[in-house]
Amino acid sequence: MKFFPLIWATLWRKKARTIFTLLSIVVAFLLFGVLETVDYAFAHPSTGTSGANLLITLNKYSITLSLPFSDEQEIRSVPGIADVTWLTWFGAYYQEPKQFVFALPIDIDTYLGIHKGDFVYDDTQMQAFRNTRDGAFVNTELMKKHGWKIGDRIPLHSTIWTQKNGSLDWNFLVVGVYDVTDPTQRNQQASTFLFHYDYFDEGRSFGKGNVGWYEERVEDAAQSAAISARIDALFANSSNETKTQPAKDFALAFIKQLGDIGFVLRAILGAVFFTLLFLTGNTMMQSVRERIPELAVLKTLGFTDANVLGLVLAESLLLCAIGALLGLAASYGALPIIKQGLQGVELSPLALLPGIGVAVLLALIVGLPPALRAKRLNIVDALAGKH
Amino acid sequence: MFKQLIAITVMNLQTLPQRLGASSVIVIGITGVVAVLVSVLAMAAGFHHTLADSGRADRAIILRGGSDAELNSNLTREDIDVISSAPGLAKDAGGKALLSNELVTVANVPKIDTGTDANVTMRGVGLKLADVRPELKIVAGRMFRPAVRELIAGAGAVKQFRGLTAGSVLHLRNADWLVSGVFTSNGDIHESELLADVDTVGSSIERGGYSSAIVLLDSPAAFAAFKDALTTDPRLKVDVQREPEYYAAQSRDLTRTINIVGNSVAIIMAIGAMFGALNSMYTAVAARSVEIATLRAIGFGGLPVLLSVMIEALALSLLGGILGAALAWFFFNGHSVSTLGAAFAQVVFQLTVTRALIVTGIVWACLIGLLGGFFPALRAARLPVAEALRAS
Repeated sequence: MKFFPLIWATLWRKKARTIFTLLSIVVAFLLFGVLETVDYAFAHPSTGTSGANLLITLNKYSITLSLPFSDEQEIRSVPGIADVTWLTWFGAYYQEPKQFVFALPIDIDTYLGIHKGDFVYDDTQMQAFRNTRDGAFVNTELMKKHGWKIGDRIPLHSTIWTQKNGSLDWNFLVVGVYDVTDPTQRNQQASTFLFHYDYFDEGRSFGKGNVGWYEERVEDAAQSAAISARIDALFANSSNETKTQPAKDFALAFIKQLGDIGFVLRAILGAVFFTLLFLTGNTMMQSVRERIPELAVLKTLGFTDANVLGLVLAESLLLCAIGALLGLAASYGALPIIKQGLQGVELSPLALLPGIGVAVLLALIVGLPPALRAKRLNIVDALAGKH
Repeated sequence: MFKQLIAITVMNLQTLPQRLGASSVIVIGITGVVAVLVSVLAMAAGFHHTLADSGRADRAIILRGGSDAELNSNLTREDIDVISSAPGLAKDAGGKALLSNELVTVANVPKIDTGTDANVTMRGVGLKLADVRPELKIVAGRMFRPAVRELIAGAGAVKQFRGLTAGSVLHLRNADWLVSGVFTSNGDIHESELLADVDTVGSSIERGGYSSAIVLLDSPAAFAAFKDALTTDPRLKVDVQREPEYYAAQSRDLTRTINIVGNSVAIIMAIGAMFGALNSMYTAVAARSVEIATLRAIGFGGLPVLLSVMIEALALSLLGGILGAALAWFFFNGHSVSTLGAAFAQVVFQLTVTRALIVTGIVWACLIGLLGGFFPALRAARLPVAEALRAS
C-alpha cells in the first residue's frame, strides 16, 4: 500500500493517454455489463414464487393443437399432484393490434390453487369476480397503461375466437385488480387480464370442451420428472398425446426458439475485448518504454526485480479496475433503459459480477509483457540508454 | 500548398512501419466496430430479405376478418367457393380459379443446434399450388401425393431442423408422415415450412375449414376490384391483402429491433474505438513533433500539416473498415439461422452482407477516423515551432 502514491503518479504520467485508454475500458465494460445482463435474463427465465413446483402439459405435436377438457380428471388422479388448472390462448388486443393483452380464460379456484401466493389482491374484489360471469381481474400495470378503472366495461378483440354471433369482440366488466408478489414477475405479468373460462367456453362458437394447455402444481419439486412421465403415459397412443415439463424448461425452450442469443452476445463481446486488449496493451507497453530510465533508477535505489514487476502489474490492474468499475456502474445505471426495450424480461444485477474477473484477467494479460520487460531490465544498459 | 500536403502525407505514411503498434490500434479497433455492425445488420437484412421475397404483387392472401395471421384465421369451404368466383382471379385452361386453399398449423420439430422443440409451420396447400406458386421447385426427391401422409420440406427447414431430409419419416399427430421431397422457393419464407395436401393435414388435426386462401390475380392492377368484391360481399367477412404487404408487416418489428440493437452496440463500440484512435494519433504527432516543427520552420503551412494527420487517420480507419466488412462477409454471409417470426413459427433466413451494409460500415469507419484524427491534427498544426525544436 505504501507504493500506492508512486503507482498513482506513474498512471497519470501522460494524462491524455491514460484518460483515453480509461474511457475505452469504461466503454467496453459498459457493453459487457449490458450484454451480460441481457444474456443472463434469457438464460434464467423467472417463473414466480410457485415456479419451481409448476408443470405445464401441452399437446405433444404442436402448441396450436388443443387438449380435451376430460384430461383434467385423469391428470388430477396422478399421485403427487396438488392441483391442476386449464388455460387457453385467447390472442387478444385492446383497440389496436399493437396493444397486446395477455387475456387468459381461467378457472379461478384451480388457478389460485396453482399460483398460491403469487398474487396480491383485495378479498372483496375477488368475491365480486367470482360472482360476475363476464368479470375480469386485471394486473395493475395493465390498468395503469390504459387508464382503466374498476367498473369499466372493456371490449377486447380476439384474433382467434369468434362468439356465436360471429363477432371477435368480447366484452368484460373490470371488477378487480391484482399485483404480483414476486417483483421479477412484474414485467412478464404486466399485460395479464384474467377472466372466467366458463364465460369463454359458453361464448365461443367452436372448440368447445377443448383447452389449450394444463398447468399442474406438484407437492415435491424433486418428483417433477417422474410425475411428468406419469401424466404423459396416461395419454400415450391417444389422439392427443401430451408433453409435460417443468414450467422453467418450457420457458427456456421457448427462448431457445428465438435463436442462439447467447452466441450473438458472446461474439460481440469477443470482438470488443479483442480490440480492447490491443488498445490497453499498447498503452501499457508505451508507458513502460518511456519510463525505462526511471525504472532503472528505482532498481539502483534497491527495488528488487519482483518489486518492479509488481509495480507495473499494479499499475495495469489499477487502470483496468477503475475502467471496469466505472463501466459496470454505468451499465447498472442503464438497466432501466434496457428494461423498456425488453418487455417481459427481468434483469438481474448479479450478471455484472463476472465483469470483475474479466477486468483482472484483462489487467494481467496487458500488464504482464511490459512488467516482465521491466523486471528483466539491466540497470547499466538502461541508464546508458541502450535498451 | 497542395505540393506541401502531398510531401508531408507521403512522409507520414512512410514512417508508419516505425509506429506499427500504435497504428494497428486504430485499424484493429475500427475493424472490430465495423465487423460487429455489419454482422448484426446482416441479420436484419437477411430476415427482411426472406420475408420481402415471399410476396408477389399479383398474389393476394385472404384471411378471416380481424385475424391478423394465418394461424388464427378460419375460412369455411363455402367461403372458399365464394372467393373462387370473385372477379380478377387468374384462371387455368379449364377455367378453374388459380387459388390455393391453405391450412396452417405448427408442428414441434427439434432444432438441430439446440435439440429442443421448435415451432415449424406445417402448411396444407391446395391442388392449384404449382400454378399459384410457380417459384416452388423440387430439388430432391419428389412432390407429395395428395390423400396420403406425405409432405415436402423447405430447403431452409432441412438445414435447421432435425429429420427432414428426403425419405425421412416424421411422426406428427397420430401418424407417420413421409418426407417425399425437398423444395426451394426463391429463398422466401416458405422454405422454412413443411407443405402437404390440405385435406390430409385437415383430417390429421381434425379440423374442417381452412386458414387462408392464396390467389393469383390477372395482374397486380386487378387487386383493387378483387378486394372490393370480397369485402362488400355480404356472405363473407374477410381481410384481403396483397401478399408483399402481408409479409412486410411480419418483418417490420424484428427488423427494426435488430437494427436498433446493432446500431446501439456499434455506437458504443465506436466511441471506444474513437478514444483508441485519439490515443494513437496523439502518439503519432508526439513522435513526429521535431519533424513537424522542422517543416513548419522551413515554411510549410499549418493547414497541410493538419490535413496530413487527418489523412493518415483516415487511411488507417479505411483499412480497418474494409477489414471489418471483409471479416463479416467472410464469416457470416450466407450463414443460415432461424428465429421465431411474428406468426409464432420459425423463420429460417440467411445473414446477408449487402453492398449497402459494406458501404455503411466503411462510412462509419471513416467517421471514427475523422473524429479521432481531428484533435491530434489540430495539435500538430499548432505546435509551437521553437519549443518543439528545442525539445530534441
